[in-house]
Amino acid sequence: MNVQHNIESERMSFWERIYLPEIGRGLALTFKQMFKPTFTRQYPEEKWIPTGSYRGRPVLVLEEEGERCVACGLCSRVCPALAIEVRAAETDKVKERYPEKFEINMLRCIYCGFCEEVCPEEAIIMSKDYELVFTDPKDAILGKDKLLIPIAQLQDRLEFLRQYR
Amino acid sequence: MPQIIIDGQRIEAAAGATIIEAALLAEKTIPHFCWHPGLSVAGNCRMCLVNVGFPKKSPDGQPEIDSDGKIAIQWGPKLSIACATPVADGMVIDTEGQRTEHAQHAIMEFLLINHPLDCPICDEAGQCKLQEYAFMHSNGKSRFIEQKNHKDKRVPLGPNVMFDGERCISCSRCIRFADEIAKQPALTFVQRGDHVTIQTFPGMEFDSPYSMNVIDICPVGALTSIDFRFHSRVWEMSFTNSVCPGCARGCNVKLGIRDNELQRIEPRTNMHVNEYWMCDAGRLEQYPYVNDNRVIEPAIKGNSSDWKSALESCADILKAYKPSEIMIIGSARGTNEDIHATVKFARETVKTHNIDFLEHRDPIFADEFLRLADRTPNHAGAIALGLRPQDHGVNADNLAQRIVQHQVKVIIAVQEDIVGHPEFGANASTVEHIIAIASNHNATTQNASIVLPASTYAEVEGTFTNVDRRVQLIEPAVTTKENERYMGMKMSRWDKLGAFNDRWTQGERRNSRPTWKILTGISEACGHAMKFTSAEDVFNDISSHNQHFKGMNYASLEDNQGLRLDKASETEAKAVMYVSHVLKPQV
Ligand code: SF4
Ligand code: SF4
Ligand code: SF4
Ligand code: SF4
Ligand code: FES
Repeated sequence: MNVQHNIESERMSFWERIYLPEIGRGLALTFKQMFKPTFTRQYPEEKWIPTGSYRGRPVLVLEEEGERCVACGLCSRVCPALAIEVRAAETDKVKERYPEKFEINMLRCIYCGFCEEVCPEEAIIMSKDYELVFTDPKDAILGKDKLLIPIAQLQDRLEFLRQYR
Repeated sequence: MPQIIIDGQRIEAAAGATIIEAALLAEKTIPHFCWHPGLSVAGNCRMCLVNVGFPKKSPDGQPEIDSDGKIAIQWGPKLSIACATPVADGMVIDTEGQRTEHAQHAIMEFLLINHPLDCPICDEAGQCKLQEYAFMHSNGKSRFIEQKNHKDKRVPLGPNVMFDGERCISCSRCIRFADEIAKQPALTFVQRGDHVTIQTFPGMEFDSPYSMNVIDICPVGALTSIDFRFHSRVWEMSFTNSVCPGCARGCNVKLGIRDNELQRIEPRTNMHVNEYWMCDAGRLEQYPYVNDNRVIEPAIKGNSSDWKSALESCADILKAYKPSEIMIIGSARGTNEDIHATVKFARETVKTHNIDFLEHRDPIFADEFLRLADRTPNHAGAIALGLRPQDHGVNADNLAQRIVQHQVKVIIAVQEDIVGHPEFGANASTVEHIIAIASNHNATTQNASIVLPASTYAEVEGTFTNVDRRVQLIEPAVTTKENERYMGMKMSRWDKLGAFNDRWTQGERRNSRPTWKILTGISEACGHAMKFTSAEDVFNDISSHNQHFKGMNYASLEDNQGLRLDKASETEAKAVMYVSHVLKPQV
């Protein structure tokens, strides 16, 4: 019969097979680790704050005069996951157009950052927010109320974009 | 006929044609802004500059041969504008060489000097000639470091057209359209140089019934539609070929759909019918008709119901009365398929002679150009298909009297508001039963025993016969529960790929059906099944039984941009289709 033998127990040496020395080796490793410094973070009590290069959920930049976004729809067009829906309307401001509705479906978003890259107004950028937990799929569709973030909180990312884009 | 060589391709041009026209016939589009085949030549944008020359001749009259053995060309000292230079025999034209390209780059740089470059805000983005040429015929550089000119950005020229002075490239297409086609010379250039802008003459308003065409022909986004401004980007809509049902002209249109809602109507070139134009009412009247106040479910005595029980109740009503007590009001607003099914339903299922349709004449609507007094798209079709009473059956004129005499007890109203009719409306509401096949709520649907939701022209496949007896094809653009699986339905990326939990796909999907299908359903419930499965099926039945339609089918109608009744075999010469804007990127 065409049977090949390559069983674990056949490959082990005599010392490995008698088991006890191996247990000793394992425990030695464990005890060694106990005296090394730890890296484990006590999340969520202890939070990690990413740097500007991090791509968390995309957010809209809110300036003093209102949102930067002019509802051009380019982010929506480029988004590979079809996560963004923009509905435009007219305003009396100098920039005649604003998003009447701007929604990102976080269940669709893959954090690729294409929306940020394509935006002609630097109005949508990737934030540091990675805590996205929802108990209902409907809650995962974020509207303008959740997306608009004051520009002061987004300085790190804007600085990163200025330097590296 | 003069023979010319364009980019090495030898073509025969019509005598007197300009270079740009000759090139178009050879399917070569020379970049241009101000030229439009439907308007006079202005020659002011200079985008169409091409290198023109003639073969050199030696003193004995023979063509000279240059060092590489090719015919030597004597190029002109300057470039010529293709839109205003007539062709001449032997002319050699270079539209792609270095000299031409250099000129195009220079013109683009000039045009962009004062252009605001606010494409993200501009409604034209995605189908803008300037944007397109900035990619194809520009080197993408500007040496202009000074302050750009500022002009007024929101000037209404009329009730439907908004003008943005900064975006205008002063091509004068809109001025020429107003003068030559709309015959309302209301627009003009004012100021000079880089301050030049468009204004209406003092005390005048550009309110011609055709004013919105300037929005389509404006090569940039300087003219926008007041009713549409910013509703949607062009690439977010799908565009489906259709025909305007606003009057008997049957202008060819494209329907722009987003989220299952009709957002924009644009004319579609058909040199046999509307050329490049359409009227404003043809757009503005159709949005509410398709989008608002729709009948969305079948209803029995005001309670919503399902198709099966509604159709069965219709059959019960029809069986309870004598055929002579039943009146069928067909509609010249329906497609040929609907009308054929109506006639067949009356003759074979109900077996009544009482069948007619209502005229909708509005002399005020008519004008010298496209608009016609007959506000139905298919009057000629209704006549050709015999939607008229037979053997002294009841007609629209004596209907009121017959109702009073209790000779008519049931009315089937197809797409007509008979209760709201000024003449016999009051009488119509007194009959025992009204079966309303209707797309929008009206007085008739309120009085009807049974209401069956009908699809509008935007939701069906079918044909209309226009005033010149041209049968033209329409395709469904808006999704209903009935046509969801229609082969080849055009849908934008969002509508196509959206899932049930995406909010942008929540546009209403109505439970309506085409009229021919509803009538087929009633006849089935009555036990005299008409065996139609698709609109094409109905049309093939028409063309095999009706002399007028002989030889037509959907494929030939599409190929020839419509065929004329009785003349299906006489195909007309195919006109060259000029398209001013191309939607990019294609979805
Ligand atoms: S690309 Fe930028 S400006 Fe355009 S809609 Fe998206 S966020 Fe707004
Ligand atoms: S990050 Fe990528 S997937 Fe997420 S919204 Fe932006 S473009 Fe879409
Ligand atoms: S408004 Fe448009 S069509 Fe009229 S001149 Fe300006 S660019 Fe041309
Ligand atoms: S002329 Fe008639 S068919 Fe043409 S767009 Fe106007 S209403 Fe529609
Ligand atoms: S198209 Fe010829 S000059 Fe404008």
